[in-house]
Amino acid sequence: MMMHIDLSSVLRQTVSCELYSNLVTRPTGAAVRAQIEALLADARERSLTVIDFSHVGMIDFSCADEVVAKLLLRTTSSERGEREAYFLFRGVTDDHWDAIETVLERHRLALVLETDDGAARIVGIVGDGERAAWEKVYELGRTAPADLATALGADESDAVEVLNTLHRRRLVMRTEEGYIAVGGIGIQHD
Amino acid sequence: MTSVITVPPSLDDHTFEQVVEQLASVPPDAKVLIDARHTRWASPYGLTALLTLGQTREERAAFHAPDAEETASYWARTGFFKYAEELFDLHGSVPRARGGESSVLLEITPVVKSEDVHEVVGRIQQKAQQILAKELNIDAKATVGFAMTLSEVCQNIVEHAGRGGWVAVQTYTWRKRLGRRVVVIAVCDAGCGFRQSLESAPGRVRSDRWDDAEALEEAVVRGVSRFRDPGRGQGLAGVRRYVGRWDGKVSVRSGTARIAIVPSWDDDVPLLEKLAPFPGSQVQVTIPERVAGGPR
Repeated sequence: MMMHIDLSSVLRQTVSCELYSNLVTRPTGAAVRAQIEALLADARERSLTVIDFSHVGMIDFSCADEVVAKLLLRTTSSERGEREAYFLFRGVTDDHWDAIETVLERHRLALVLETDDGAARIVGIVGDGERAAWEKVYELGRTAPADLATALGADESDAVEVLNTLHRRRLVMRTEEGYIAVGGIGIQHD
Repeated sequence: MTSVITVPPSLDDHTFEQVVEQLASVPPDAKVLIDARHTRWASPYGLTALLTLGQTREERAAFHAPDAEETASYWARTGFFKYAEELFDLHGSVPRARGGESSVLLEITPVVKSEDVHEVVGRIQQKAQQILAKELNIDAKATVGFAMTLSEVCQNIVEHAGRGGWVAVQTYTWRKRLGRRVVVIAVCDAGCGFRQSLESAPGRVRSDRWDDAEALEEAVVRGVSRFRDPGRGQGLAGVRRYVGRWDGKVSVRSGTARIAIVPSWDDDVPLLEKLAPFPGSQVQVTIPERVAGGPR
């Protein structure tokens, strides 16, 4: 299941004013996140949601903490049981990045950004091994641990471990046929 | 008997201390006259701090407007008298506000609730971009950080003060210390202040030295908040980063102490203790005009 959430639309519903396009203040952020979580409540066991910043003017630290960090923290915690929520962040510009980067560092989180050309990359707090593995999975498409081990010249047990870490951090999706990088769906692979 | 509190000729964050010192010996329920007749100039900090002074009085205070027509007229254009008449019995010639003031980026605006912060940020953005780039030589990209800074300092009122305050943003030439143009954000409230806010944190253990100065160090330097949520405390840390990046200055006064992150162009004292007490928190952020070779 794939969803698209335009944050500016959610913002306008939340603060009841057509004029506001900035994600500022903690109460606003908490309300926007609650709205996102309500939309996700209907999602099935696995969902990928595009969080779209394209029409958001700016975001401050407090709002980024509520909208980005807490959303990621809640979906990467084990408390959510079987339901797996993944996020791809779209339309993030320099005007948003300072606040988002700050909260990712504060909570040691990472996320997947869609770039202007439609590609994806991981940002935030990511180890070298995790980054190399994620980029290889993104490049390969659906990837089994053995494929990743071969591609990286690593032991399969190490590949399993890093894929589990990336899955726990909701940076790759686990399917019966292998792992897929968030943002890697729909990309043509050789 | 009415105590007369004389407002200095030039009112800024430093000279406002003279006002606070005069008030220190006057009980909150005593009659006072705030005498600004001889005041010729006031910074946004001075004006917003005067309004918070009005909030602190149990007995409605009297306020004498500046005699100088130009000064009174300027104060009117900043919106000062609009709020002052709600807090003080006004005396002297109080002009009506006519037209906008080009150096006033944001006239004095009350901040009580979250929506007020949206309003303030929305209003500042376009004008800030113009001023920062054209007048202060600062990259237009800095506008977002400026709006974030404004948002975070205003949110301190909404989240911690327990009562409303005011914000004002203005540009002017700071001849005394800098000789350059600056843009100044002033956010003042007469709420509970940093010490009391941090004391309200559940299970908080106070050190032997615990006072306003230590509370300010905790909040401003170490990013401590009354909330246990680890995401809290990022606002002021972000303000410090922004100010550092643009060689600016931030000062926070609360209770009997004042802390400042002091850039090389200023000779202010990083921490002042045992000041005359004044309720709430008073924040000032100063971003100077960029000169060749300065931070980008």
